Amino acid sequence: MATVSMTVNGQAVSGEVEGRTLLVQFLRENLNMTGTHVGCDTSQCGACVVHINGDSMKSCTMLALEAEGAQVTTIEGLAQGGEMHPMQQAFQDNHGLQCGFCTPGMVMSAIDLVAKNPNPDETTIREQLEGNICRCTGYHNIVKAVQQAAKTMGG
Amino acid sequence: MYDFNFQSASSIDDAAAKLSAASDGTVMAGGQTLIPVLKQRLANPSDVISLAGAGLSGITNNGDSVTIGATTTHAEVAGSSDVPAALRAVAEGIGDAQVRNRGTIGGSMANNDPAADYPAAALGLGATITTNQRDIAADDFFTGLFDTALNDGEIIKSVTFPNATKAAYAKFPSPASRFALVGVFVAQAADGVRVAVTGATDCAHRGPMLESALSANWSADALDGITIPTDHINADIHGSAEYRAHLVIVMAKRAVAAAG
Ligand SMILES: Cc1cc2nc3c(=O)[nH]c(=O)nc-3n(C[C@H](O)[C@H](O)[C@H](O)COP(=O)(O)OP(=O)(O)OC[C@H]3O[C@@H](n4cnc5c(N)ncnc54)[C@H](O)[C@@H]3O)c2cc1C
Ligand code: FES
Ligand code: FES
Repeated sequence: MATVSMTVNGQAVSGEVEGRTLLVQFLRENLNMTGTHVGCDTSQCGACVVHINGDSMKSCTMLALEAEGAQVTTIEGLAQGGEMHPMQQAFQDNHGLQCGFCTPGMVMSAIDLVAKNPNPDETTIREQLEGNICRCTGYHNIVKAVQQAAKTMGG
Repeated sequence: MYDFNFQSASSIDDAAAKLSAASDGTVMAGGQTLIPVLKQRLANPSDVISLAGAGLSGITNNGDSVTIGATTTHAEVAGSSDVPAALRAVAEGIGDAQVRNRGTIGGSMANNDPAADYPAAALGLGATITTNQRDIAADDFFTGLFDTALNDGEIIKSVTFPNATKAAYAKFPSPASRFALVGVFVAQAADGVRVAVTGATDCAHRGPMLESALSANWSADALDGITIPTDHINADIHGSAEYRAHLVIVMAKRAVAAAG
C-alpha cells in the first residue's frame, strides 16, 4: 500500500491505495463520492470522466497514484452554493438526460469542450463528445444543452 | 488487474535505472493502452514506472523539422502551432478528447498497434525515434505486430519529423473503436514520395507500389488500376481483406487530394 494525496473539489484528501487502484475506485470507494460512474471499465464510455488540472480524463483509465498532487474536479464539485453549474442547468432545461447514468461524464466532458471551444458548432460538439456514450437520449438534447451552456458560460 | 509496485521517474535515466532494478518492470506514459492491458491481465509487471514526471514533454520546431518529446499528449500535438498541419490532423484524429488528453506519442510508437495512427505519420514523413540509447529511423522501427526495434530497457525520448513539401493523412476510423480500419499517410519528403499504410496488416508499413505511381504522377488518378494483393491483409468482423485492400487505395487517393 502507498499513500496518495490530491485535491478533490477544492479539498485536500489522502488515502491508502494499492499500485493498481484506479482513480475512479479511489473516488468512489475511499472518498464515497459516487457521482463519478463506471459504465464500461474499458476506456470507451466516458461515464467516469473527471477533470485533472482542468482537462477531462477517464478516471477508469488512470491510477490513483498518477493523480498524486493533482487538482481533481468531479461532478460533485460543480454546483456552487446550491446553484447548479450552467452546464448542469442546461442539461435539465433541455432534457439532456433520461436515466442519467452517462450524465456526470457528459457534463464533465462538455465543460472541458466549451472551455476549449467557446462557440462550438454542432459538429464540434458531436466530435468532442465522441468519448461519451449515452444509451438513452440519442444525443440531440445533449447537443442542445451544450449549445445553451456555451452561451450562458459566456462564449 | 494484478497488483504492482508503482514508481515515478524523475528523468529518463532515472526511469532506465528503476527499470533495470525491477525484476519485471515496465514504463508507463499516458496509460491509455497499458491500463486496459493490465485490466485484462495480459501483462503482470512487478513495477510500473511512470514517465509523467520525467521531463520528456514538449515540442520544438527548428525550421527543418519538429521534435516532439515522448510524453507529449495527442491533445498537445493537435493544438500546437509548431507542428505541421498534417501531423496535427493525425493527433486530432486519435481516439476521443479524453484519450487525447492523456495518451502520448512515445506510448503510441512503442506500442505499435496494427491500427495506430502515429506509426503511419512517422513512416510517411521519415521520422527519427530518439531513445536513451540511440537514434532509430522509422523505416527500421516498426518490426511486427506490437513489436518494435526497441531493446529491453530502451526508452523513447522524442520523435523528430522532418518537414515535407506536401503531406496529408486520410483515415477510415472504425466507428466503434476510432482506431484506423485503414489509414494512409502520403508525403513529398526530402528523399522523395513516401506512402505509409496502417490498419491493413500486422503493423504500419510503406507502400512501394503506391510510392512509384505517385513519384511518376502526384495525383489521385495515378492510383487508378492498382490492386493491392490480399495475402497479408488483416481480415476480421470489421472488414474482409478485400475490403481493406480496396480502402488502402481509397484512403491513398483522399490523402493525395488533401495534400494538394
Ligand atoms: C478508447 C481509445 C481509443 C483509442 N483510439 C486510438 C486511435 O484512434 N488511434 C491510435 O493511434 N491510438 C488510439 N488509442 C491508443 C492511444 O493513442 C494511446 O494513447 C497510445 O496507444 C499509447 O500511449 P500512452 O501514452 O497511453 O502509452 P501507455 O499506455 O502508457 O504505454 C503503452 C506501451 O508503450 C510503452 N511506452 C510508453 N511510453 C514509452 C516510452 N517513452 N518509451 C518506451 N516505451 C514506452 C509502455 O511500456 C507500454 O508497453 C486509443 C485508446 C483508447 C483507450
Ligand atoms: S467507465 Fe471509464 S470509460 Fe467507461
Ligand atoms: S441518459 Fe441514460 S445513458 Fe445517457
